[in-house]
Amino acid sequence: MSTNANKKHIISALVENKPGVLNRLVSLFRRRNFNIDSLTVGRTHKPHVSRMTIVIDGQRLNPRQMVANLYKLVNVIDARMISEDLHVERDMALVKVRTDDTESFNAVTELCERFPARIIDMGMQVAIVEITARTELVEEFINQLKPIGIVELVRTGVVAMGRGVRTQDTEYEPASISMNGGELERYSV
Amino acid sequence: MLLTGAEILLECLIKEGVEVVFGYPGGAILPTYDSMTKYPQIRHVLVRHEQGASHMADGYARASGKVGVCIATSGPGATNLVTGLATALMDSVGIVAITGQVARGSIGTDAFQETDVTGVTLPVTKHNYLVMSAAEIPLVVEEAFHIARSGRPGPVLIDIPKDVQTEKAEFGSYPTGKLRLPGYKVASSADENDLAEAIRLIQEAERPLILAGHGLIMGNATQQLQELAEIAGIPVTLTLLGKGALPEQHPLCIGMMGMHGHAASNHAIQEADLLIALGMRFDDRVTGNLKTYSPLSRKIHVDIDPSEINKNVKVDVGIVGDLRTVLTQMLPHVPRKQHPEWVRRIRDWQEDGSERDIVTHYTGSTLLGAQVINDLWKFTDGNAVTVTDVGQHQMLEAQYYPHQRPSTLLTSGGLGTMGFGFPAAIGAKFAKPDEEVWAIVGDGGFQMTLAELATARQENVDVNIAILNNGFLGMVRQWQEIFYEQRYHATPMVNPDFCKLAEAYGIPSMRVTSRDQIKESVDFARSIKGPVLIEYVILKEEMVYPMVPSGADLDKMIRRPKWGETQP
Repeated sequence: MSTNANKKHIISALVENKPGVLNRLVSLFRRRNFNIDSLTVGRTHKPHVSRMTIVIDGQRLNPRQMVANLYKLVNVIDARMISEDLHVERDMALVKVRTDDTESFNAVTELCERFPARIIDMGMQVAIVEITARTELVEEFINQLKPIGIVELVRTGVVAMGRGVRTQDTEYEPASISMNGGELERYSV
Repeated sequence: MLLTGAEILLECLIKEGVEVVFGYPGGAILPTYDSMTKYPQIRHVLVRHEQGASHMADGYARASGKVGVCIATSGPGATNLVTGLATALMDSVGIVAITGQVARGSIGTDAFQETDVTGVTLPVTKHNYLVMSAAEIPLVVEEAFHIARSGRPGPVLIDIPKDVQTEKAEFGSYPTGKLRLPGYKVASSADENDLAEAIRLIQEAERPLILAGHGLIMGNATQQLQELAEIAGIPVTLTLLGKGALPEQHPLCIGMMGMHGHAASNHAIQEADLLIALGMRFDDRVTGNLKTYSPLSRKIHVDIDPSEINKNVKVDVGIVGDLRTVLTQMLPHVPRKQHPEWVRRIRDWQEDGSERDIVTHYTGSTLLGAQVINDLWKFTDGNAVTVTDVGQHQMLEAQYYPHQRPSTLLTSGGLGTMGFGFPAAIGAKFAKPDEEVWAIVGDGGFQMTLAELATARQENVDVNIAILNNGFLGMVRQWQEIFYEQRYHATPMVNPDFCKLAEAYGIPSMRVTSRDQIKESVDFARSIKGPVLIEYVILKEEMVYPMVPSGADLDKMIRRPKWGETQP
C-alpha cells in the first residue's frame, strides 16, 4: 500500500469561541462536499478562542481549497495545513475489552506493555483500556485487541501541533460590550 | 443616550447612509416599524412579498454600488427572503437583511412564527447574526455593513428578537470604533513575483484573451481593464455579469462568452494561448466541458476570493487581490503590443456570426424577441439601465443590447432566479432615479413576482416593464425541443391578459404585436412618469443560438445555419 495514495492532511483552525461557530464549519464541509475523517474542537488557553483539528483524505479533495474556504468564514481566525510541516499528532481511544478469564486478562496486560496504553478501569467481566498515540499506532492496538473481544470503543480523533518555535496563535481580544442586563454567555461553541 | 434596540438599529442605519429600505411588517419586527415613525429620513417601501424586498435591495445595491437593505418579520417573513439572499450570494451583491425574531425567552420553543433563521440562512449568506442584547446592535450593524460591502461582497443577515428591539441600552457613537474582525482579511495588492510572472506570460503571448467578469465592475476597475486591453492589444470577452466592464462597441470587445455567448468569443477561448481571467469564476455556463476547456492556453486568474483560484480551472498564475489595485500595479509593466493576426482571426469568426444573425435576415411577420431587444437598444440609445429576469429574453438581452457603461445590466447570473427582474428593477430605480430603467422579463418569470405591480403603483416607481410574451417557459421549451424530442410538458402557459392586469393595478399599458410599433411603445413608456407595462407578443417557438449544450466542449455549439441555408 503506497503511503501517498492514502495521504491524510491535517488542518488546524483557530476560531472565535462564539455560539454557532461549529455549525458554520460543519455546514461549510457539507455544502462544499468536503468529506472529513475526523474533527476535534476544544477551548484553548484563551477563553475566546477555540482550536479545531480537521483530518481529511487528500485523495478526495484539495486541502488548499479547504483552507481557502475556511478563511471565508468570518469566525475563522487562522487556518493552516499543519501536516505540511514538522508536527506531532495524537489520537486517543478508550476500549472496553473482555477480560473474563486469565488468558484474556494476560493478553490485554501484555498489549498494554507493548503499546503506550494502560488499563484505567477494571471489573470482573471487562476492562477499559486507554491508548494515546499516533493514529496508526492506535489502529494497530485496536486490531490486536479485536481477537480478545472488544465490547465498546470510543475515539477522540486527531489533535495536532506544529513543532518548534513557529506557533499558531492570535493576538485577538474580543471587543467588550457593556451589557445592561448582566453579562451574557458569549463563549460557547 | 438611552434608546430602545429598534431606535439604536435605525440610528445606525442612518449613520450608514441608508436612505431606503424595502420591507414587510409583522409581529416580531413591529417595534422596529413603530420606531420608523420617528426616523422619516429612512424611506420604507412596502413590498407585497418579502422575496420582492430582497430582490429590490439587490437591484438597489447592484445599481448604486451601495449596500441594499431589506426588512422582514420572523418565521415566514424571513424564510421568504431566502431566494433573494441566495441570489445575492451567488452574484456577490452586498445586502443587509434585517429580520425580527421571537423574544429571547421563546427561542427554541416553537413559538408562533418562530424559525431558526440564522440556521436556515447560514448557507446563503456571507455571514449572519442573532443579536441577543440591544447593547450589541451598533457593533453588529457595523460589522454587517463592513462584511456586506468589502472584499467579495455578499448578503449579511441580522436576526433581532422582539424584546431586544424594545430593550433599552446606551447608544454612544457610530461607528463604534470597536470593529475588529480577526478572521476577516480582505486581499488587496498582488505579490510582486506573481505580477512579474503574469507580465512575462503577457509578453510571450501571441493569442491572448481577457475574460472580464463582474469583479471588475464591483471593484471599480473598468478603466484599468480598458487600459490593459489597449496597451497590450488584447481582445476582451465578457461574462454575463461582466457586461458593461468594457464598452461593447469598443473595437477590442468581442461580447459575451459561454453557453449563449457569441461564437467568436467561444472559439477565441478555445484557440487562445493566454487567458487573463479578471474577476470571474469559470462558472460551468462559461466553460462547458472543463476537460477540453481552452486546451492551448496558459492562464492568469485574478480574483479577490482565494477559494476561486484553481477551483474549476487550474491556472498558471493565480493572483488574489483587489482588481483595481492589482491592475494598477500591473499597468506600468504591461508591454505595448498588437496582435493583428489574432484580431483578424476573431473578426472572421464574428463575420461568420453576422451571416447567421436572425435580426438582420429575418423576414417573417411575427415579432421576434431578438427584434424587440435590438429595437429597445436602438430606441433607448443603448443607454438605459436594463434589469432582466431569467430565460431566453435574458440571453437575447445579453446578445442584442450592447452596454456602454458598468452597472447598467442587472441580472441574476449565478443562481438564475426567475422572478428577480421586476422587483430588482424597482430597487434599481430607487438607486438611479435620473436614469431610464427597463425591466425586461418573460411571461413566466414575471408571474412569479408580479404582485410588486402594487408596490410600483403605491410608490409611483418610474420603471418600464417590457414583457416578452411567447406563452411558453421559453428556455425550458428550447431544451425540450433540442434534448427531449419536443415533448413540451409543463411549458405552455395560459397567461392572464397582461394589459388588463396592469389596468387593474392602475398602471398604463400597451400591447405590441409588430415591429413597427416598437418605437411607439418606447415613446409611450417614456411619456409616463410612473410604472408602465408593455407586452410584446412574440414568436412562440423562437430559439436562442448559439448554444453550447450543457457539459459539451465550448466550441461545439449548436449554430443557426447561415442565412439562405435551411433554417431549423
